[in-house]
Amino acid sequence: MTAFNPHGTSLNHGILSVLVQNRPGVLARVASLFARRGYNIFSLAVAPAEDETQSRITIVVDLESAPLEQMVKQLFKLVDVVKISELDPRRSIERELLLATVRADTGQRSEIVELVKIFEAKILAVGSDAVTVSLEGHPDKLDDFEELLDSYAIVELQRTGRVALPKLDRAARLRAVNPNQKGKVS
Amino acid sequence: MSTASTRMTGAQALIKALEMEQVDTIFGLPGGCILPAYDPLLESSIRHVLVRHEQGAGHMAEGYAHVTGRPGVAMVTSGPAATNLVTPLMDAYMDSIPMVGITGQVGTSAIGSDAFQECDTVGITRSCTKHNELVMTPDDIPLAVRQAFHLATTGRPGPVLLDLPKDVLQNEMTWHWPTDDEVAGSLPGYRPTMKGHPRMIKEAARMILAAERPVLYVGGGMLKARAAEILRELAEMTGINVVTTLMARGVFPDDHELCLGMPGMHGTIAATTAMQRADLLIALGARFDDRITGRLDAFAPDAKIIHVDIDPAEQGKVRRPDVPIVGDCRLVTEEIVQAIRDLTASGIEQADITAWKSRVSGWQEIFPLTYDEASPGAGLKPQYCLEELRAASTDETILVSGVGQHQMWASLHWKFNQPYSWVNSGGLGTMGFSIPAAIGAKAGRPDATVWAVDGDGCFQMTAQELVTATVERIPVKVALLNNSYLGMVRQWQEMFYDERYSEVYLSTETPDYVKWAESMGCVGIRVESPEEVGPAIEKANSINDRSVVVEFRTDSEEKVFPMVPAGVSNDEVLVHPSQEQFRAQLG
Ligand SMILES: Cc1ncc(C[n+]2csc(CCOP(=O)(O)OP(=O)(O)O)c2C)c(N)n1
Repeated sequence: MTAFNPHGTSLNHGILSVLVQNRPGVLARVASLFARRGYNIFSLAVAPAEDETQSRITIVVDLESAPLEQMVKQLFKLVDVVKISELDPRRSIERELLLATVRADTGQRSEIVELVKIFEAKILAVGSDAVTVSLEGHPDKLDDFEELLDSYAIVELQRTGRVALPKLDRAARLRAVNPNQKGKVS
Repeated sequence: MSTASTRMTGAQALIKALEMEQVDTIFGLPGGCILPAYDPLLESSIRHVLVRHEQGAGHMAEGYAHVTGRPGVAMVTSGPAATNLVTPLMDAYMDSIPMVGITGQVGTSAIGSDAFQECDTVGITRSCTKHNELVMTPDDIPLAVRQAFHLATTGRPGPVLLDLPKDVLQNEMTWHWPTDDEVAGSLPGYRPTMKGHPRMIKEAARMILAAERPVLYVGGGMLKARAAEILRELAEMTGINVVTTLMARGVFPDDHELCLGMPGMHGTIAATTAMQRADLLIALGARFDDRITGRLDAFAPDAKIIHVDIDPAEQGKVRRPDVPIVGDCRLVTEEIVQAIRDLTASGIEQADITAWKSRVSGWQEIFPLTYDEASPGAGLKPQYCLEELRAASTDETILVSGVGQHQMWASLHWKFNQPYSWVNSGGLGTMGFSIPAAIGAKAGRPDATVWAVDGDGCFQMTAQELVTATVERIPVKVALLNNSYLGMVRQWQEMFYDERYSEVYLSTETPDYVKWAESMGCVGIRVESPEEVGPAIEKANSINDRSVVVEFRTDSEEKVFPMVPAGVSNDEVLVHPSQEQFRAQLG
């Protein structure tokens, strides 16, 4: 088996957007289901959804550990699961946030600033021998950024795991870009 | 019904809610945290059966549910009692038995502090329940109870557990009995599909009529769906043979000419081989368990699959169906029967299956169930004991089995002609199931004769519940097939470990089962020779005011045949040695 980059877009990952009732223990139910059935999770992000009685869990799963169809069906057996959408990476918008503290003496600092500019990242803090940067974007972009940062000494790095929503269809997209309407497509 | 503003404690609300759910029996044992719930029980119409071990309470609830179709209820305290309930919950989960477990929990303010008899019951039982809930306020009790019964009994049935902290039981609440709409509204993600997809139903009907070598592969889901009648109609209108899995024994009469009995690891040759050679398997409420399929990639290689199940996750979990139909097994089977009628009316004829059926009956004739006669002076043949017991029983007799060789012999050699006359632990294979499950079955169907068939290993795990049976006046009969061994394990060691017997011999002398039975208030009878078998059974059947344990001293070396060794193709089934010469005819 080839090494898998858990962050990048790859053929053997699937994205599930799971709407659950916002109740105690619901995350544990989801997690123990995956553990018990031997399904691997690459990343998982949870937060309250638009309706605050519900939460949306975005799970990036390893399709080599089990067929997506079985994962979906088993998830659906959890009474607290209200809705599941399979997000095809080609037809969804994926975002992730990266924070990294990189060692940088005064000489290297300008190189890092350059990198931050190119990637439209942000410098969040500057210390005497380190900087903390952040980048929000598509996970692939984060991968590239991380790889380039790697040539400097990364002290600490944290990624959030991806969140995703389906892309709007064409008609909806046109509506969304109409300046008379609120809403922004990125 | 009571007015809107009736105040009561959480405990009173719990008992009242159980009454509203028409619970007539609770199996349980009290302790610290559940104490408040036991007080209002004194005024309740509900019967409480006081068990000797909480595992017994759980299996009794299962036995009750098996034979009545109503959810069984077990109520125990927190900590060790809750963990004692884990085995029955898992058993019920594997076999889709509707059951509601109620556990006490430490007070809400103590949760998480490692308080006395605290355990994370909801965490521990998460993967062995269909759903579970820690109820944090007394006001939530009625809804939690309604949800529990709704979830346990609808869709794919299963166990649901409610964990109730002591203060939640003690504190006051205002009674409110939720409406159906409120229950449904509180479970927005739970909508079991009942009716089949019309296009799939039609496709299934077409395939059934076109098949040349069809087999109806019927599982426990058909019993859960109470679909025996429509199954018979489907079988008879098409003339298709039926196999009934371990969990489905009795849903189709064994004495019906289309019945081939149980398939799989210890199935009849006709049932297992018919599935192997079929061109169509019509799987109704069955789940392609590894004990049925043998080596999966060699299972029924030429068969197309119609798979009817209420649980969508069963479709394609093991074997990809050609026609998946999610829905209630009874409704879907009715729809299929109707679709077949419509097709026939429109002039489509069923393929000729006579050649296939004569092949199948050939297997039945060449490979009947068989066993060697007992040699003089040796132990009894367990199969003989069971056949004699069956001959002295009616179709209505309920047979409840433990786990091991005796279970397989019971399933094979008993003739089940009535649905809900067979109770056993299939998916989990829980030794010790039969005695408490038999007591639960008898509590649920007091007019039925309930026989437990047990092994000496199993019996020693839960026999103390016969004390419960005596004290609570729930008389059951026990056919104890005592071979002095953990027989099933011994069989594997004989066949697959070069007769190297490791930790399978129990004892020939100890315990004295007759004395043990008597000390528990039962009648004990020991049977050592074939002549004693009939009279002992007759005596046992004549005693109805207390439980009877008949100990049959059986042949330790007797093995279960046929047998498909684990991990091997069903084609390589081991037939009884006397039938080995006919092997070639399996093809
Ligand atoms: C709780 C539990 N422990 C262990 C096993 C493994 N096991 C399966 S059958 C069996 C032997 C059962 O012995 P006995 O009750 O004497 O029945 P027999 O096979 O002799 O008929 C064992 C140990 C099990 N199924 N359940």
